[in-house]
Amino acid sequence: MSKKNWPIWEIFVRSKNGLEHRHFGSLHAADAEMALENARDVYTRRNEGVSIWVIESKNITASNPDNNGELFEPAQDKVYRHPTFYDLPDEVKHM
Amino acid sequence: MSKEQIKNLETQFEARIARDEKIEPKDWMPEKYRKTHIRQMSQHAHSEIVGMLPESNWITRAPSLRRKVALLAKVQDEAGHGLYLYSATETLGISREELYNQLHTGAAKYSSIFNYPTVTWADMGAIGWLVDGAAIINQVPLCSTSYGPYSRAMVRVCKEESFHQRQGYEIMMKLANGTIEQKDLAQDALNRWWWPSLMMLGPTDAESIHTEQSMKWKLKRKSNDDLRQQFIDQTVPQAELIGLTIPDPDLKWNDERGSYDYGKINWEEFWQVVKGHGPCNKERMRARVGAWEEGEWVRDAAMAYAEKKQERKEKKVV
Repeated sequence: MSKKNWPIWEIFVRSKNGLEHRHFGSLHAADAEMALENARDVYTRRNEGVSIWVIESKNITASNPDNNGELFEPAQDKVYRHPTFYDLPDEVKHM
Repeated sequence: MSKEQIKNLETQFEARIARDEKIEPKDWMPEKYRKTHIRQMSQHAHSEIVGMLPESNWITRAPSLRRKVALLAKVQDEAGHGLYLYSATETLGISREELYNQLHTGAAKYSSIFNYPTVTWADMGAIGWLVDGAAIINQVPLCSTSYGPYSRAMVRVCKEESFHQRQGYEIMMKLANGTIEQKDLAQDALNRWWWPSLMMLGPTDAESIHTEQSMKWKLKRKSNDDLRQQFIDQTVPQAELIGLTIPDPDLKWNDERGSYDYGKINWEEFWQVVKGHGPCNKERMRARVGAWEEGEWVRDAAMAYAEKKQERKEKKVV
């Protein structure tokens, strides 16, 4: 067994210019540079990307699904945030 | 948590899956769900990694550059598939180190088909055509399995896998249309890989212990016997097309069922190989453990170098 294990990194790939970087998966690497090189071999063998971001997983702060109620439910009764809430005459075709 | 609370959570959990909702890593899940997924997903990852060994045997001896680049790319894909699956498994709270440890100590299994030897070039054809063919049949339904990271990994795997099968079939086709010796090679490979490929789809339904629960969790969408029938029905015409004979005297089209009837599978052989008595079990593990141990100094050196670089960077800032 190695003395120290390589940390885990999250990989984000932009598949083409004009699109955002999207989470593709994760991998282990000794440092950021190696994470980039490994990501290129693991996740872009078939031209899946034009840009890669790597971030060590421990640096990501994630919300807890147990808090989903207080986080996301308040948005559910705010129908006035959606265009369909407003009544307009049929004559106004596109607005 | 009280027993009743857990029961309540479990009921909600099963209902979510029944509604086709996906389960993500931080969601609450029953311990059995977590354990079953770790077992199946890691077994899947191990199979990809060990699956590179029988094929890498032929990379340096591929008959042409075209065959060589294809085989290299296929083996590299398998490494990639193993990595997708390992990192998906790690989201369930088990470390990579522990996963490797389970493989290297024999605590975890991998697909027993990789314990058969690859003695001729035609085996590269048979593996791509039959073994990857059977794997695809197993894997496609998993693209819609309930655990999010597994299903996403499987979507990527399945997209890449179809080239594997096509390259294998192309090898078989070329050999089958070649000289008598070449055709014999192809037939011989089919003879040796046919039955193990059928076994690869798992024990018969009557003996499969995990099926019912796995169906509920969408870890399995069809029973082993149904998958096997699907594989046979799709493969027999492909063999006929290139003039090869399936090595089963009992194989016969059944008009009523709209499927092929097939002969008895030697399950005794299957269990022997699973238990470690296949032709190459020891060799595969020796190669895998050896690669891991011999790479240790490289992993340590890379880590030491990364730390040194980081320290230098921090000094500069100060």
